[in-house]
This record gives sequence, structure tokens and C-alpha cells, in this order.
Amino acid sequence: METEAANAIGLWGVPLAVIGGMLRVSAPFLFVSLGECITEKSGRVNLGLEGTLVMGAMSGYGFSYLTGSAWLGVLAAGVVGFGFGALHGWLCGRPRVNDIAVGIAMMLLGVGLAFFLGKPLIQPTAPRLPSFSLGFWSDTPQVVSALSVNLLFLIGVALAPLLAWAFNNTRYGLVVRTVGESTDAARAMGYDVKSVRLWATATGGILAGVGGSFLSLFYPGSWNEGLSSGQGLMAVALVIFARWDPIKCLYASLLFGGASALGPALQSVGISSGYYLFNAAPYALTLAIMVWANSAQRTVEGMPAELASAR
Amino acid sequence: MESVSTSTLATEPVPIRERAWLSPLLGVLDSLLIPAASLVASLAVFALFILITGNPPFEVLSEMYRGAFGTWFSFQNTLLRAAPLMLTGLCTALPARLGLIIIGGEGAMVVGGVAAAATGVALTDSPPYVVLGAMMLAAMLVGGLWIGLAGALKVFRGVNETISSLLLAYLGIALLNHLVEGPLKDPESLNKPSTRHIGEANMLGNLPGLDVHYGLLFGLMACVGAWLLMDHSVFGFSGRIVGGNSRAARLSGLGVPKLVILTCGLAGAAAGLAGMVEVAAVHGKANASLMTGYGYTGILVAFLARQHPLGVIAVAVLLGGIGASGGLLQRQFELPDATVSVLQGIIFVVLLVGESFRGKWKLSRLLGSPA
Repeated sequence: METEAANAIGLWGVPLAVIGGMLRVSAPFLFVSLGECITEKSGRVNLGLEGTLVMGAMSGYGFSYLTGSAWLGVLAAGVVGFGFGALHGWLCGRPRVNDIAVGIAMMLLGVGLAFFLGKPLIQPTAPRLPSFSLGFWSDTPQVVSALSVNLLFLIGVALAPLLAWAFNNTRYGLVVRTVGESTDAARAMGYDVKSVRLWATATGGILAGVGGSFLSLFYPGSWNEGLSSGQGLMAVALVIFARWDPIKCLYASLLFGGASALGPALQSVGISSGYYLFNAAPYALTLAIMVWANSAQRTVEGMPAELASAR
Repeated sequence: MESVSTSTLATEPVPIRERAWLSPLLGVLDSLLIPAASLVASLAVFALFILITGNPPFEVLSEMYRGAFGTWFSFQNTLLRAAPLMLTGLCTALPARLGLIIIGGEGAMVVGGVAAAATGVALTDSPPYVVLGAMMLAAMLVGGLWIGLAGALKVFRGVNETISSLLLAYLGIALLNHLVEGPLKDPESLNKPSTRHIGEANMLGNLPGLDVHYGLLFGLMACVGAWLLMDHSVFGFSGRIVGGNSRAARLSGLGVPKLVILTCGLAGAAAGLAGMVEVAAVHGKANASLMTGYGYTGILVAFLARQHPLGVIAVAVLLGGIGASGGLLQRQFELPDATVSVLQGIIFVVLLVGESFRGKWKLSRLLGSPA
């Protein structure tokens, strides 16, 4: 598809594919980073969202195949994500348990379980999420196809400002932030720190699961074992870059989506010598951003205080 | 609640030290109790999972035992897998002493393997021991740089080493794909792009009397060496202080950045050596087969061994056995190859639950001897 685009519109195919990538590849980054944002605001890290993402992708595809409805698949992915998040939250609530270690364990378990249960799903074709194009103004079919989006992505985009608003203006948002900033203050106000974190982690899991269903049900739109290679993990890194701000998570996700589309885009116009290196652009970008956004000397701006003391 | 119980404890009479000679032994047994109980519990959870997915749990478990330790042949196969696991286990276990969680052993192993293959191909006509020595050096150097970089980013920029080391693993895999498809490609490897072969004469042979290559010896030596270094040297002691309280370490004049970077470098060198062993003893060249997952299993090895270098040896054999039985499970029960990963994931999660009981369950307390 992208090769045809390149033939017709030449080098313009590269920026077009990058923009297309922003619209399609960014959604998993967006959902996972928003989920992680909720979890981290409560003062806990969930490194295991990569496993949740893959489980969401597998179960979303499986339910879409079994029920014939892609949206039921999305729902199932959310439920599975909730389960994984709740398990992570419960484990971290136990004494002397390191949340980074739990994250690694959940990552390995989630990926292993998804590959095991997803084995019979590699062959069949499940109904995918419907799409529509933002390129209706254009006569060029390549532009129309590159700008195709789906409702789930738009929900994610709307979720970012909604979350930002909720953190500042709702009771739940304030409770989560209080727990993340000072457990003592939260306890003094009568909130149960453990259960707030449990719910925040479970909610984060729902979003990561839904993000996974986007992978299998829209783009790339099938289930296989190479579906996710670190998107969930990069999204966790991205939250640091976004300074725990949902709006900035949205921008950062778009940036990462664009970077992920760079390799295939360049290959489509005949630059294929460094294909694998260009494909690794998102990893290099994440690393560069982490180096730039962190500091050894002081606490990073915007970081929930409980998170800083835990590290 | 807590304060009440401590005050009652304080008024209790001090127990008579009649079985004092037992306590060092009990201390060791205590530290083994939780990993052992976790393993049993996770096998039970796994059996339940197998039952739910419609397979006979007891047959699967006994077949796993047979495939891992049942015969001399399968045990040698287990040892073959244990060798790289010891080395990748160290990649997580060494930095853990300094309070760092490194999970990028897979990347260091892959780049180490590529470096070894490139060196081997370049020196292919030299005497075998020169070739192998240079391959080892190259692999350990490149692997060490890979993880050392994660350590450097941690101390100089505060970058989370867990995330950065895994990102570096993905970058290492991309580098492998790039090199074997491009600059280092053997034009004759069409189906599976690879580097050239290092030459049959330069391959790492088997240990005398065994069907197990010298990689096992490297793994054992590395673990014992790491134990001596981390538990019986000033370097290791300094490292443990950093792990306990990095601020206190800095205030007492320890060069924390140097310690962190060096330890991470050694950890990466161990994983890099695992890559060299895979190239020099198994494949003879670098290609996608280097992505074995040993790096990821090594994380579990380190955690099950409670980051103890000698514990890594035993756990590597155990997990090597689980890995070795995977093929048999596929053939006998048509279970997916991910079965092994599921079991590993279950072990990891159950182990962490078990660790939260540490201090509550104590043999010494059960037996009533002095703690």
C-alpha cells in the first residue's frame, strides 16, 4: 500500500507515511502511557504494561473472532487488562515487594500467556475495527488511505484532556494525586493508600489492555507473536518524558508513532540499506529522550513525590 | 499493633542457646525455604493451568522431569542450556548487589555474539586458541560496553536502568539484524541471513568425557569468580554499601559512579560471553538464532537465586532443565512452545508473593532454636 503511494507521489510518501504513522501507530503508545500516567500519579510504577498490552491484543482478537464483534473484543481486552492491573496492584501492596520486580514478572507472564493462549488465533481472521478517513478533502487515494483513523484512536485522543481535567477537578483525581504526593497526608485525610493504588493500577491496566486490542484489531490488525516489541515498555518511559501530564502524553505518543513509521516509509521510497536501524528509531528516540529528560542531581519536575522517594 | 507485639517480645526470656551449632545451617535453609516453597507452589499453579487448558497435568509434569533430568542424555542437554543461563543470570545478579535492576542481558548477549563472530571471521586462519581468545575478549568488551552504558546513564543522568537496559536490548537486536543483512552478511546465506562461519577448526569443543561444550566451564568459573568478587573482596563490599545506601556510600568516599559502571560492565561482559559461547560452540556464526531468550530467562535465574552468584549455578541448571523439556512437551502433548514461558512467568510471580512472607516463615522459629 505504501509502496504504491510512493510510486504515485514520490518522496512526499515519506512525510505522508510518518503522518499516517502518527495517526495509526501512536494509539497503543497513547493508551498505555495514559494508563501508566494514572498508576504513576498514585505513586507506583507498573513496568509490566508490555505484558498487559500483548494480553490485550491476544484476548481482543480472540473475542472479536469468537463473537464477531470487534468492539466486544476491545471490551474483553479492557477486562483482561483490568485483571492484570489488579494482580499487579495486589502484588505490590504486599510487604517487601519491589514494584519493578513485579513489573518484570508480569511482563514475562503476560507475554508467555498470550503466546500460549494465542497459538490457535494466528490463522483465523477476526472482524476488525471500522475506519474512516480524515483525508476526505483530497483526491489522491494515497492521502485518503494514509489518513484513515478509527474511533478508538479518537477516544484515546479525547481521553487525554479528560484525564488532565479529572486530575485537577474531580474528587477521584485529587485523591489519586494526594496518595502519589504524600502517603502521610492521604492517611491523615482518611484514605486507604493501598486500595487507591490498587484501583489506580487496575485502571491503568484497562487502558493498556485496550491499547493492545488496537494493535490486533486495527493496525497492524492481526494477531501474531511479533505484534508488540516493546511498545508497552516505551510508553512507560514516555510518561517520564511527558512529565506525568496526560496532554503531553498525547503529543509524545504522536511523536513516537511518527518515529515508528519512519523505517517502513523510507523503505517504500527505496532507501532500504539501513532498514533495521531506521526501524529501531523509536528505541533510540526513547533512550535519547530519557537521557535528556532526566537528571542525576535533582528530582524530575512534575514527578509524584512518592515515586521519587521509592526510587 | 506492631509496637504492642515488639514490647511483649522484649519481655520474653532470652532462649537458651542449646542448639547454637545448628543456627548457621538453619540460616542457609531459611534462605532456601522461600524459593523452594515458591517452586512447589508455582508447579501446582502450573498444573492447574495445564488442567484448565485440557491437558493431563501429572503426565505433563512427569514428562517435563524426564525431558530435563530423567536420562543422562537429557541432563546433558539441560547443562547445555544452563551454561548461557549462568552467564545471563549474572548479568542481572551482579548489578542487583548495587541496587540496580538490569534486564537487558539479551541485548548484551546478542551484541557479544555478533562481536565474537566478526572477530572469529576476521582471524579465521590464525591458530584456534588465538581465535577463541580474541572472540572472548571482543564479546566481553562489547557486552560490557552495552550494559556499562546503562550503568553510566544511571549515575550521570539518573536514567532508569531497567528501562534503558531493555531499550538497549532492542537496539542490540536491531544492530544484529542490520549487520547480518548488510556489512557482515555471508552472500551464501540466503534463507537465514548470517555472518560467515568462523571455521570448523576454531569451534569450541566439548568437555572431556561429556557431550557438553566448554561454555559450561566458563559459566561455572564466572559464577565462582563473581561470588569471590562480590562476597569476598573490597570491591564487592563497596558495592554492597552502594546497594544498601548510595548516599552513605558517597559520603564515606566511595567512587559510586565507578563502582556502578564497572559492575554493570562486568555483568554485560558475562552476558556477552554467553553470546560468544553460542557462536563458538553451537552456531559457528551470528544470525537470528542468537535471540534465544536466554537473556530474559536470566532475569528469573537471578531473582530465584536471590542474586547470589553461587545460587545462580543451581537455578540455571533448574531453569535450563525446564527449557530443555519444552521440545518434548511440544512433541508429546502438542503444547505450544510458549508453555515454558508460562511456567517461568508463574514461577516469577509466585516467587515474589513468597518473598513477601520472608521473615514470617522461619525454620529456626518453627524448631524453637535461637535465631
